[in-house]
Amino acid sequence: MNYLEFEKPLSEIEGKAEELRAMARGNKEMDVEKEAAALDKKADALLRELYRDLTPWRKCLVARHPDRPHCRDYIEALFTEYTPLAGDRNFADDHAVMGGLARFNDNPVMVIGQEKGHDTKTRIERNFGMARPEGYRKAIRLMDMAHRFRIPVVTLVDTPGAFPGKGAEERGQAEAIARSTQKCLEIGVPLISVVIGEGGSGGAVAFATANRIAMLEHSVYSVISPEGCASILWKDAEKMREAAEALRLTAQDLQKLGVIDRIIKEPLGGAQRGRRETVEAVGKAIETMLKELSGKKPEWLIKDRRNKFLEMGSKGLAA
Amino acid sequence: MNWISNYVRPKINSLFSRREVPENLWTKCPECGTMLFHRELSDNLNVCTTCDHHMAISPRERFNALFDGGIFTEVKVPEPVADPLIFRDQKKYPDRMKAAQKSTGEKEAMLVAEGEMARAPVVMAAQDFAFMAGSMGMYVGNAIVAAAERAVKLKCPLVLFAAAGGARMQEGILSLMQMPRTTVAVQMLKEAGLPYVVVLTHPTTGGVTASYAMLGDVQISEPNALICFAGPRVIEQTIREKLPEGFQRAEYLLDHGMLDRVTHRKAMRDELVTILRMLMNLPPAIKGDLPAPAPAAPPVAEPAPPLPEAEAKAAS
Repeated sequence: MNYLEFEKPLSEIEGKAEELRAMARGNKEMDVEKEAAALDKKADALLRELYRDLTPWRKCLVARHPDRPHCRDYIEALFTEYTPLAGDRNFADDHAVMGGLARFNDNPVMVIGQEKGHDTKTRIERNFGMARPEGYRKAIRLMDMAHRFRIPVVTLVDTPGAFPGKGAEERGQAEAIARSTQKCLEIGVPLISVVIGEGGSGGAVAFATANRIAMLEHSVYSVISPEGCASILWKDAEKMREAAEALRLTAQDLQKLGVIDRIIKEPLGGAQRGRRETVEAVGKAIETMLKELSGKKPEWLIKDRRNKFLEMGSKGLAA
Repeated sequence: MNWISNYVRPKINSLFSRREVPENLWTKCPECGTMLFHRELSDNLNVCTTCDHHMAISPRERFNALFDGGIFTEVKVPEPVADPLIFRDQKKYPDRMKAAQKSTGEKEAMLVAEGEMARAPVVMAAQDFAFMAGSMGMYVGNAIVAAAERAVKLKCPLVLFAAAGGARMQEGILSLMQMPRTTVAVQMLKEAGLPYVVVLTHPTTGGVTASYAMLGDVQISEPNALICFAGPRVIEQTIREKLPEGFQRAEYLLDHGMLDRVTHRKAMRDELVTILRMLMNLPPAIKGDLPAPAPAAPPVAEPAPPLPEAEAKAAS
């Protein structure tokens, strides 16, 4: 278990309980269960306390937690017959973007998402979930195919942002993102999106311009990272707590603003403490959202998406 | 009149009348260092007369130079809810807005207008970098939607001049949502079969580049404009190496297939007219002075001072 900075007191208590139990395992005579249970209770109370009212900055940390289920975990658990389709047919296959045909409840869907990787090797391979133009162009190609074969599209968003690199810029990062957003708006099939971790700026919008958008309880979605915002507006990257506060990047604020449609509850202590529960909850949300849109005509779906974004935010926080 | 009479006489007057003299009569070209007199500079559309460096130009000045006779009507932009997130950094967002309004004399970072170019209707939208770095918030989104709707209504093209540091952080997620929102506006034009021409100006970056500013039917840029998604500093920090000369500049993008053309500001009007008239299936524009709007009457030449040679030639 990886502990976040603010979970440190928790790690001490849980560590102690674990230590006691380890000792008991070594010595059959010892009965520590009572003490350990007391520690468990204490830990549970502290966990409840910590997660009852997470500050926006802490939510960012939870959203980036390395043990959170990632795109790959959702695809493996929720979809069958996943058949990855690779490449943008122009330059390369971007490993930061997973995508392909799969079945959800036996119905074919096109699933697309950013994958961050789970250890050093895969993180590098996945470029930490930061897509290059090829990733967006692959997504465009897959969305287009879904449109032609009348297959709904499910996107899973989890990216710090589009990759800021020399080659990415030369090959038209901005254009690729713009076209991907445009493709989202054009397709005549249901498009639903779940922000499962970090919704990083334009890199997220390019996937999440959807009919229905859900967010996990402790995920975030923002125009800029709190660190980036702090270094520009406060001229001090250390002011990320203030920036996270000001940006209103939590699922709860985004729902108030009318930017997202639903929040998917996470288990106590965040998705990383109940990976299976989280994946199942996301599965249920996908099912509900797809059901809401099933049987709708292509024109209706396109219009629905358009109006959603044209009207978005017209009321501000007062909404 | 030359600059001496333009400048010296008012200067002498002011000595006597104690009137306040505007201080910024001279502008130093940031590229070559030439001191440029303000009137000379504005006559040259804020392009350095020595080195052709393109400096910022306000949307109004731009429209003056582009619409026939400098005549245009502003297109009304629906007012969004002010300070939607109640955003506070070191300053309050409304205070930053007020400061920007005061320094630019404009309401927001984009101006939309309709008028004619070579006597064909056109809607233009121009982003104002001087207004909070031209950043895209809900107002800019509304402006682009309004511009597209107006163009569709008038069945005319939309020309958009982009210039922005990106999305407006003070509007958080709502500024980000202008990316899909403005893309819907572009779709409206596409469906109506109307040309959408983007002119990228220095600098166009971030979420603006990654939405409406890269979706034009024709993509033109002013020379040497910085056009990018991630800025050069961010990239240098990420890859830890120096970037090549001219990286992310207009000419570099042209070379990499990201633009159709790089065009000097002074040639922009003619070029837009040429392209738009072809896309709209109109006959070529009449070069030189436009004919007077009055019908048929044969043009009466100004009584020129009689030149014996010319007369003799005409007679022969």
